[in-house]
Amino acid sequence: MLIRRELITRVVRLLIENRLEEGINRIPIEMRPRKNGSVRCCVHKDRAVIKYKLMALLGYNISDEVDELTPLSDYARMANQRTELTDTVLTVVDEACSSCRKTSYQVTNMCRGCVARPCMVNCPKDSIKFVDGQASIDHTTCVNCGQCLKVCPFHAIVYMPVPCEEACPVGAISKSDDGVESIDITKCINCGKCMTACPFGAVMEKSHLVEIFRNKREGRKLVAMVAPAIAGQFSADMGKILHSFKELGFDYVYEVAEGADITTKVEAAELQERLESGAPFMTTSCCPAYTQLVDKHIEQLKPYVSHTHTPMYYAAQVARHNHPNDVLVFVSPCPAKRWESFHDPNVDYTLSFEEYGAWMVAAGIDVNALRSTEIERYPSGEGRGFGASGGVTQAVKALAPSTLKITDIQINGIDKAAIRQLKSFPKSCPGNFVEVMTCEGGCIGGCNVISNPKVALRQLKQAVEAAPSIVNQEV
Amino acid sequence: MDDKKIEVLVCSGTLCYLMGGSELQLLSECLPPDLRGMVDVKGSPCLDFCNHPKNGRPPFATINGRCIAQASVSLLIAEIRKEIKG
Repeated sequence: MLIRRELITRVVRLLIENRLEEGINRIPIEMRPRKNGSVRCCVHKDRAVIKYKLMALLGYNISDEVDELTPLSDYARMANQRTELTDTVLTVVDEACSSCRKTSYQVTNMCRGCVARPCMVNCPKDSIKFVDGQASIDHTTCVNCGQCLKVCPFHAIVYMPVPCEEACPVGAISKSDDGVESIDITKCINCGKCMTACPFGAVMEKSHLVEIFRNKREGRKLVAMVAPAIAGQFSADMGKILHSFKELGFDYVYEVAEGADITTKVEAAELQERLESGAPFMTTSCCPAYTQLVDKHIEQLKPYVSHTHTPMYYAAQVARHNHPNDVLVFVSPCPAKRWESFHDPNVDYTLSFEEYGAWMVAAGIDVNALRSTEIERYPSGEGRGFGASGGVTQAVKALAPSTLKITDIQINGIDKAAIRQLKSFPKSCPGNFVEVMTCEGGCIGGCNVISNPKVALRQLKQAVEAAPSIVNQEV
Repeated sequence: MDDKKIEVLVCSGTLCYLMGGSELQLLSECLPPDLRGMVDVKGSPCLDFCNHPKNGRPPFATINGRCIAQASVSLLIAEIRKEIKG
């Protein structure tokens, strides 16, 4: 994560100086000089990994490479001329992927070769033999049931996961024939959990930085639309955070929390209509990783997902109306939102929270030292609260009529267990309003956040309290 | 008693935050029971260590004015103990 942030900062510095093509080939050498030792097998491997991570930051899939000799400067030049984006958001840096051993159970040298041999006795596939007095697992027949680990009295058997595969809730990342991980985009929901889980930083999010800077250089006006979770990202009030975008060169800034206010109003009305017409429950729709999960993996839940658009959609509609010819940039906590932005007719590009922070560092801006902008259009506190788990529920409850009895359920983070729970809801749902956040803690727990979610939540609460309630607002 | 407390300043500058400094905001809550009451933890605007490479890498904090580079909660707790031992 820290290497990725340093890389982003270096790329942005070159973009600010408008010398990306001249400078980018030097970054791997500057970050891994010959005499400073290496993290991997040698300095050349380290540099190759950095090269491919930079390729992702230039907006490429690593698999786009056709000639290994193509230097980064050529990619930078081509990126500067690029006019098309794709909705493939995540890319695996094969050079960085350590090709972790396939998920398996392993016998350690703690094995005492006991006489009872419970591992061998309980193995349903007869995959355990004893060699030289120690248990040995035959991985050609082992089915990874884990029974041996459970019964070993010496805890001599360990489970060795593949972190990215373990973290992916939908089985979208797996080994290709050469042992390197690859993402199946027909299954992927762009939650970014693999990116966070990989300790080699081998999963990267493709960036739009080159496009954003190119538009700025061409004299186009930039409009930043900041997701509600931004309030928790720095130890600064919202006035300072909004001001920082002006300092970075954005011409207009919108809080997506304003769009969240529209989502709240529409969703509260939809919930009322659905429940009154006899629907057993409705789920939220503001998390694009969740809606992709339903589209790709839980077909039976589709009729229960709210048709209300996301806060970003409504905020972009307003921003596009006000700035028909300008460049709309959504400032995002996660790759799923980048995917959503691609499919939104009004949003041009996405800037992740990490990229925003790195841009400030590259530009020498300390957000704490800025003056606090006077906020012209206050969203509601509830709208800002969309950035954390429970926020949508609180907002919808605030606007729903008191006669509507809402029994809420919160799915705070999607994992395999949560998916099983969601799959059971069409048959039996214990509530009538289900808020689903793919990341634990909500968007403040997204994989592009800068701040620790616990710290971010405190900061977000202050931003919520500083804004008026939606109950008193004309939306 | 209060003036004998060890003062920890945690940098809240943009670079320190980006490089993981927000974790340090949780230091007060993570202090072991024997150190509670002996340490005064405060956030600070940019301490300006990041502009001088000889100081090391961010995130930065200070313990009684002494600069700690690449600070983490566990490193700060270890350094606070060193400070107490003198």
